[in-house]
Amino acid sequence: MSRFSELLVAGCLIAAAAGASANSSFPGVGRAATPAEVKAWDIDVRPDFKGLPPGKGSVDQGIELWEAKCTACHGSFGESNEVFTPLVGGTTKEDIATGRVGAYIRQDAPQRSTLMKVPTLSTLWDYINRAMPWNAPKSLSPDEVYAVLAYLLHLGEIVPADFTLSDKNIAEVQQRMPNRNGMTTKHGMWDIKGKPDVKNVACMKNCKTQITMGSSLPDYARDAHGNLADQNRGIGAVRGQQTSEGAGGGAAAPAPHPAMELMKKSGCSGCHGIASKILGPSLRDIAKRYKDDRGAESQLIGRVKAGGSGSWGDVAMPPQAHVSDADTAALIKWILSGSPEN
Amino acid sequence: MSQITPRPGRIQRAPEGFLSPEQIREVSAGRRDFLRTAFASASMVVAGTSVARAADGDPAILTLPEHSTTLGRPVAERPYGAPSQFEAGLRRRESPGLTRVAGSSVSFSPLQGLFGIITPSGLHFERHHQGWHDIDPARHRLMINGLVKEARVYTMDDLMRLPSVSRIHFIECGANTGMEWGNVAVPTVQYSHGMLSCSEFTGVPLSVLLDDCGIDRKRAKFVLAEGADGSSMTRTISLDRALDDVLVAWGQNGEMLRPENGYPLRLVVPGVQGVSWVKWLRRIEVGDQPWATKDEAVHYIDLMPDGTHRQYTSIQECKSVITTPSGGQTLLDKGFHNITGLAWSGRGKVKRVDVSVDGGRNWRTARLETPVLSKALTRFNIDWVWDGSPAILQSRAIDETGYVQPTYAQLRAVRGTRSIYHNNAIQSWKLADSGDVSNVQVF
Repeated sequence: MSRFSELLVAGCLIAAAAGASANSSFPGVGRAATPAEVKAWDIDVRPDFKGLPPGKGSVDQGIELWEAKCTACHGSFGESNEVFTPLVGGTTKEDIATGRVGAYIRQDAPQRSTLMKVPTLSTLWDYINRAMPWNAPKSLSPDEVYAVLAYLLHLGEIVPADFTLSDKNIAEVQQRMPNRNGMTTKHGMWDIKGKPDVKNVACMKNCKTQITMGSSLPDYARDAHGNLADQNRGIGAVRGQQTSEGAGGGAAAPAPHPAMELMKKSGCSGCHGIASKILGPSLRDIAKRYKDDRGAESQLIGRVKAGGSGSWGDVAMPPQAHVSDADTAALIKWILSGSPEN
Repeated sequence: MSQITPRPGRIQRAPEGFLSPEQIREVSAGRRDFLRTAFASASMVVAGTSVARAADGDPAILTLPEHSTTLGRPVAERPYGAPSQFEAGLRRRESPGLTRVAGSSVSFSPLQGLFGIITPSGLHFERHHQGWHDIDPARHRLMINGLVKEARVYTMDDLMRLPSVSRIHFIECGANTGMEWGNVAVPTVQYSHGMLSCSEFTGVPLSVLLDDCGIDRKRAKFVLAEGADGSSMTRTISLDRALDDVLVAWGQNGEMLRPENGYPLRLVVPGVQGVSWVKWLRRIEVGDQPWATKDEAVHYIDLMPDGTHRQYTSIQECKSVITTPSGGQTLLDKGFHNITGLAWSGRGKVKRVDVSVDGGRNWRTARLETPVLSKALTRFNIDWVWDGSPAILQSRAIDETGYVQPTYAQLRAVRGTRSIYHNNAIQSWKLADSGDVSNVQVF
C-alpha cells in the first residue's frame, strides 16, 4: 500500500469514528467501530466454527503448556476435583461412537466431568481462548489454545497421542465428542412463548389425606452454616437458632482488623482461610509452622512475590506480583502474629 | 385481631436478648413466671438500679437512655450511610463447601430479614465466574457488531445521554434452590433461596441500541452478550426476547450499579436466569445461530432422567417462599404472627399466593402487597394465630398465565433429581412446638 493510500485509509477511519451514523436517531451519540476494534473484541467461536482463527497445536505441545499453566487447578490429567470439578473422566469409546454418554443412562456417574457434558468442541476452544488460564485470561496464542485443547481431548481418548488439532480438522473432531447427541432444546424454558412441563392444580380444601415427610436437615448439619442466631435480626417476631458459639443476633460486631480487608483486596482469601485450609494452608497454620523461625518474615515475603513451591500440598501458590511491597510486608507481619480478626 | 387479648405481662418481654435459647423455649411453652427473675437481673445489668424499680415498669422507659440525654452525631459524618451496628447479622454469606474458590462462587442474600420487594444493593446476591473488578467507567465501552448495518461503539457518556427507563425486576440464579433437588441440604432460606434479588434498574432498552446500529431484521435470530471481566462471560439471547424488554442498564436502586453487580454496565433480561444478565457488559453481537458458550454447553444445562441435558433453559418459572417464619428461626411465642414471603414469575405477574399451615392439606389465599409488577418480586402476607402445636408452613404461587407452582413430587416426576437447575418446588418449613422452624421436604 502506498503512503498516500495509507493516509487516506487512516483519514477515513477517523472520519467514520468521529461522525454519527447516517441512520442514527440520536445524533452525536455513539460512533462506528473501526475494523481493528471489532477484530480485537469479536473473539467468539460458534459451533459452526465461525470466528475460529487459523492455527494448530499438537498433543505434545499441549502437555508442556498444561504442566506450566493448567495443572495447578485441573491436575496433570484434567482429573483433579480440588479447585474445580473434573474436566476429564466418565466417558468411554462407545460414547465417542454413539455421541451419548452411557453413564447418564446407567446412572452410575458419581460426578459429571466437562467432557461428559460438552456437546460442541467450539465451546472449549472459545472458553480456553477467552478465559484461561484462570489468573491470566486471554494470554494464550491461538496455536497454544489448539495445543492445550489437543492434550485435553487426548486425555479423554478422543484423539490419539500423535494428534495435531487445527482449524482444518476441528469440525471432524467435534463429531467425536462423547455427548454430542445428548442435548435437547425441546422444553418450554427457552422460547419466549414456551409452555411449562410440570403441572399443579390449586386445590384449596382437604387436598391430602396424609403428609409424608420426605427429607429433613440432619442434626449434624444444623451448624454447618455457622451460628444461625448471628444470621438473624435481634428484634422482631423471631430469633435465629443458636446452633454454635456466638454472640447472637443484634450484638454489635467489633471492627475487623485492617489486614482482613487487605487480604481480600489482594486476593489472598480466595485460597487461604484464617483458621481453615482452602486451597492453601490456613494463615494460623502458617504462623504455627514458622513460630520460632526468625528468618520467616523475609522468607515469606519473597515467597508471596515469587510464588510458592508447593511445600504445603499439591497446589503451589502462583506469584503474587500485583501486591505492593508495603502490603505484602504488612500482611506477613499480621499472619505471623496469628492473624487476629479484630 | 380481636381474639388476641393483650397480656399484661407483655412489657416484660424486653430483655429477650438476655435469654438463652432454652429460656426462650420455656417462655414459648408458656412458662413465663421465671421471666420476672430474668427481667429483674437484666434490668440490674442495664440500668444498675434497684430490683424494686422493675415493678414500676420497663426500665427502657423509666430510665432515660443515653441517646435521649446527650448530643448526637453530626450530619455527613458518614457521607455514604451504612446500616445500624445492630444489623450486623444480615449479611451476604457463602454456603460452606458449595464452591472451592471464592473468585468463582456465590454469596446468598439474607432473605430471612428483608422487607418488601427491593433488595438493598449491598445485600444483592453475588455470582462471579472469574472474580469482580471495579471498572473505571471512563474507560468502559459497549460495542455492537454482527448482523447490523454498522458496528458501533458507545461510551458511558453516550449511553447515559439516551432515553432511559427504570423498571423493577427480580434476578434469580438458575441454580437457586439447586442444592435441594435430591434432599434437604441447607438450614435457612438464605441458602435455599438466596440467589434471588430484586432491584429497580435504569438503562436504555436494548432494542433502541440495536435499531441505532441498523439491525438486519431478516437474518438476525439471536444476540450474544459478552462481559468485560477475565472470563468475558457470554450468553445467547433469542432476538424476540432481546427486542422485548431487555435493558442495557447502569442504574440500580437510584444509584449506579455496584461493582459486584456489573458496574458500570450490565444486561437486564427480565424473567430469565441471572447468568444471562451479563455484568460488565462490553459487547452485543447479532447473529443467526446460538453460540453454545461454556455457560450454555457445560454449565446451566439441566440433566433429565433419560440422560439428556436441556440446553438454553432460561425462563425462571413461577415460584414462592415464606421468608418469615423460615428455617433456622424460632418463634418467640404463641399467638398472632404475620406469615410473610416472596413470589415471582419469569412469565409475568404473580396472580395469587396461597399459604398452608398443615403441610398442604388446606390452603388460604394471602394478601399481595403492592406493587405487583411483571417479572418482579411480589410480597405476600397472611395473618396467623399459632396455637403452639406443630405445623408445616408452605406457600404456592400462581402467575398470570395460570401456572401453579408445583410440589416436589410433581417436579421430580418430570425432571428427576439430578437437574441442579430450575428447582421451583413448593418449600416446606416445619414448626415444632418449641417454636423452632426447620427445613423439610413434604410429599
